[in-house]
Amino acid sequence: MSRKIGDVILDLQNISLRFGGVKALTDISFDIREHEVRAIIGPNGAGKSSMLNVINGVYHPQEGKIFYRGAERKKMEPHMAASTGIARTFQNIALFKGMSVLDNIMTGRTLKMKSNMLLQAMWFGPAQKEELAHRRKVEEIIDFLEIQHIRKTPVGRLPYGLQKRVDLGRALAMEPQILLLDEPMAGMNVEEKQDMCRFILDVNDQFGTTIVLIEHDMGEGMDISDRVVVLDYGKKIGDGLPDEVRSSPEVIKAYLGAGH
Amino acid sequence: MGFFIETLIGGLMAGMLYSLVALGFVLIFKSSGVFNFAQGAMVLFAALAMARFSEWANAALGGNSLFLANLIAFVGAGATMWLVAWAVERFVLRKLVNQEGATLLMVTLGITYILEGVGQTIFGSEIYNIDVGMPKEPVMMFESLFEGGILINKEDFIAALIAALLVGLLTLFFQKTPVGRALRAVADDHQAALSIGIPLNRIWVIVWLVAGVVALVAGIIWGSKLGVQFSLATVALRALPVVILGGLTSVPGAIVGGLIIGVGEKLSEVYLGPMVGGGIEIWFAYVLALVVLLFRPQGLFGEKIINRV
Ligand SMILES: Nc1ncnc2c1ncn2[C@@H]1O[C@H](COP(=O)(O)OP(=O)(O)O)[C@@H](O)[C@H]1O
Ligand SMILES: [Mg+2]
Repeated sequence: MSRKIGDVILDLQNISLRFGGVKALTDISFDIREHEVRAIIGPNGAGKSSMLNVINGVYHPQEGKIFYRGAERKKMEPHMAASTGIARTFQNIALFKGMSVLDNIMTGRTLKMKSNMLLQAMWFGPAQKEELAHRRKVEEIIDFLEIQHIRKTPVGRLPYGLQKRVDLGRALAMEPQILLLDEPMAGMNVEEKQDMCRFILDVNDQFGTTIVLIEHDMGEGMDISDRVVVLDYGKKIGDGLPDEVRSSPEVIKAYLGAGH
Repeated sequence: MGFFIETLIGGLMAGMLYSLVALGFVLIFKSSGVFNFAQGAMVLFAALAMARFSEWANAALGGNSLFLANLIAFVGAGATMWLVAWAVERFVLRKLVNQEGATLLMVTLGITYILEGVGQTIFGSEIYNIDVGMPKEPVMMFESLFEGGILINKEDFIAALIAALLVGLLTLFFQKTPVGRALRAVADDHQAALSIGIPLNRIWVIVWLVAGVVALVAGIIWGSKLGVQFSLATVALRALPVVILGGLTSVPGAIVGGLIIGVGEKLSEVYLGPMVGGGIEIWFAYVLALVVLLFRPQGLFGEKIINRV
């Protein structure tokens, strides 16, 4: 692999998040390095999605600090996170059901559109030219994800595995610095999982995108990761190389207890 | 036969305006989940602005060019509706994100009273005229096809044409432009739209502005026909049963629903009216919407509501 892992890009310090009485995350610290594939694993309800939503600005932790490229991040909303180069996919697919694959991925270009909204609304001169340039970029992504054959299909009609791929495509269209993937392989068959692993690795390798990958078991996701954080009941119980984590007694215990 | 078709065409022409107003309504509902009861008040407010701006501009121009005065008034009233959209987003929607539908509905009731109150304070509470040079005399058409021909009201015809044009433009805007795509994205899934950086706030200003422009055009058309007065708000509220009939979330539903109600009103007025003693067009739309709801709770074109269990 040509990529080399860089400095810390995102540093999470002592994050705690509560929903009423439920402690979703308790005092969690870890960092993410540029260009790495960082997995977050843990049984159902461990707080993985909550963690991702904190990074994405959907949830605001009651305690803790987040440093992005060395600077402390202020309270943040998802569309602001997007403009700082953070993209995501969803555990429960959240595509725009009424739109085609192409249009769904085109929406990922929103922030890259420079001409002002009024011109865009009138589909006028420069805005039109710009749209075509974005269209080319989106076609590249469609080729990359091998979904040319369904580009005009309304996403609602696609099988689950392909919807997940479109979800990834929409995030890629943002050309993000950090890509957050919430269980991208859940519910897929073996072949689909292999494809998804390959796409994730290719994204990481070709574009150097930093990837945060959530998985609920110690499976494929862990094999393609550089480092792994393990959560259980909202607490961090492991952090290290995949092999270290796999052989940690505490991690094994958590997974046995959860019936895995 | 000629008379039936005459009534039918009259209904379609009136219905086109309902479609237009309903479209503004549906756009707001889809993108922000707000059942905008204030749509009628917006029509009144826009018409008031248009009537008075035109009057003032005409006076300022020394009564020399009504056309220019109307043009200035149109731009001014458009800007006023933009201000309304901005204020609604800034002071209402932004504070109330993620509230229950019922709360938001109550809020639009509040907006209704504010618009009516502020409108009358600024613009006055008498009956005003809008004169955009709509032809008043009817024309006879298809004389060779039907005995006696078909009498068509030119004013209604032009109004319907303008409404249809605007509906067409809005549909294109919604389907073909990047902003329209962002609007559809927000309508489909708020969370996902936010995650790709679509600023909800700006989108809301845009939809309320679109609804405002729709209200302005409808206000000018109805205002020039009926005079600008308080009852305009209730005329516009006839678009409510239209959206219920068509399905709250459906753009084609709004268009077809408007036409159905327009035609239904006119036909029932002519053919049933004498039997029930007139005034039927006032309640017909609501009864029709109710009947549809009994059989299709989601409206003719709405998405089926499936409750998760
Ligand atoms: N929006 C929310 N409101 C209330 N509780 C929540 C919310 N999101 C997550 N939780 C709770 O936080 C805990 C962690 O959930 P989550 O982060 O979804 O776990 P995971 O993704 O690891 O399965 C669970 O107990 C869950 O019920
Ligand atoms: Mg989860």
